[in-house]
Amino acid sequence: MDWVKIGSAVLMGAMLIYLFPRAKQTIENSPKGTMKEWMGFILPMAAVVLFIILLIALV
Amino acid sequence: MQMNTAVTRPQEAILQTNKVIRNTYILLSMTLLFSGFAAFLGVVSGIGQGTALIATIAAIVILWFVLPKTANSGAGIPVIFAFTGLLGFGLGPVLSYYLSVNPSIVMSALGGTGVIFLGLSGYALTTRKDFSFLGGFVMVGMLVVLGAAILNIFLGIPALFLAVNAAIVMIMSAFILWETSSLIHGGETNYIMATAGLFLSILNMFQALLHLLGAFSND
Repeated sequence: MDWVKIGSAVLMGAMLIYLFPRAKQTIENSPKGTMKEWMGFILPMAAVVLFIILLIALV
Repeated sequence: MQMNTAVTRPQEAILQTNKVIRNTYILLSMTLLFSGFAAFLGVVSGIGQGTALIATIAAIVILWFVLPKTANSGAGIPVIFAFTGLLGFGLGPVLSYYLSVNPSIVMSALGGTGVIFLGLSGYALTTRKDFSFLGGFVMVGMLVVLGAAILNIFLGIPALFLAVNAAIVMIMSAFILWETSSLIHGGETNYIMATAGLFLSILNMFQALLHLLGAFSND
């Protein structure tokens, strides 16, 4: 295994450690979404998925 | 008198929010152009993966330790340009590889990222929906994806690589909605930090799309 792979793993591990307390805080403080709010999120996500499928088909 | 104060306060808040949104998009466009130029330098100079990793580590150090201390002053502007420039420069080897395989992959990933970002930002800005409930989803997604990506460095499973990149596109899409909504509703008042977040989401999405399109292309 070359040092670039080990370096990448160490960098990502550091990101995980850095992100964990912030993620915990955000999860605790985030409001819960209603069904209507989640629908307002799912619709643009579905559009993104369809767009990516289209891009893959075109390449 | 009291009525005047009650009327002008929300107006001031709206003006302030609009100013933050405008400054964020201006700075984001400028940093994207600068990063594109840095990526071009990374490609033509033919840097290796080691140099790219060092540039990325330097950018992350700036993001974690320098940017938060300078974001509230004018010093934050050169710092964010250094951060975005280093990340752009670090893209050199990946771009060189895909340009040598099939340049249309790079163009499609670039155009695709632009369309997704403008579409999602436009959706959040025009509907003015509050996406603050996405915070937990975005954070859990990032942690899971980071864990899976670390695991796959050692395992090298192609299917997991594709799954991670597909997940990155979805999480970064959610992040764009969350961050834009946060700008609209006053959750984020610092345009330099907002630019850094949006820039990272665009960069990650671009890289993930590159890998997805590269994997599914016939070349």
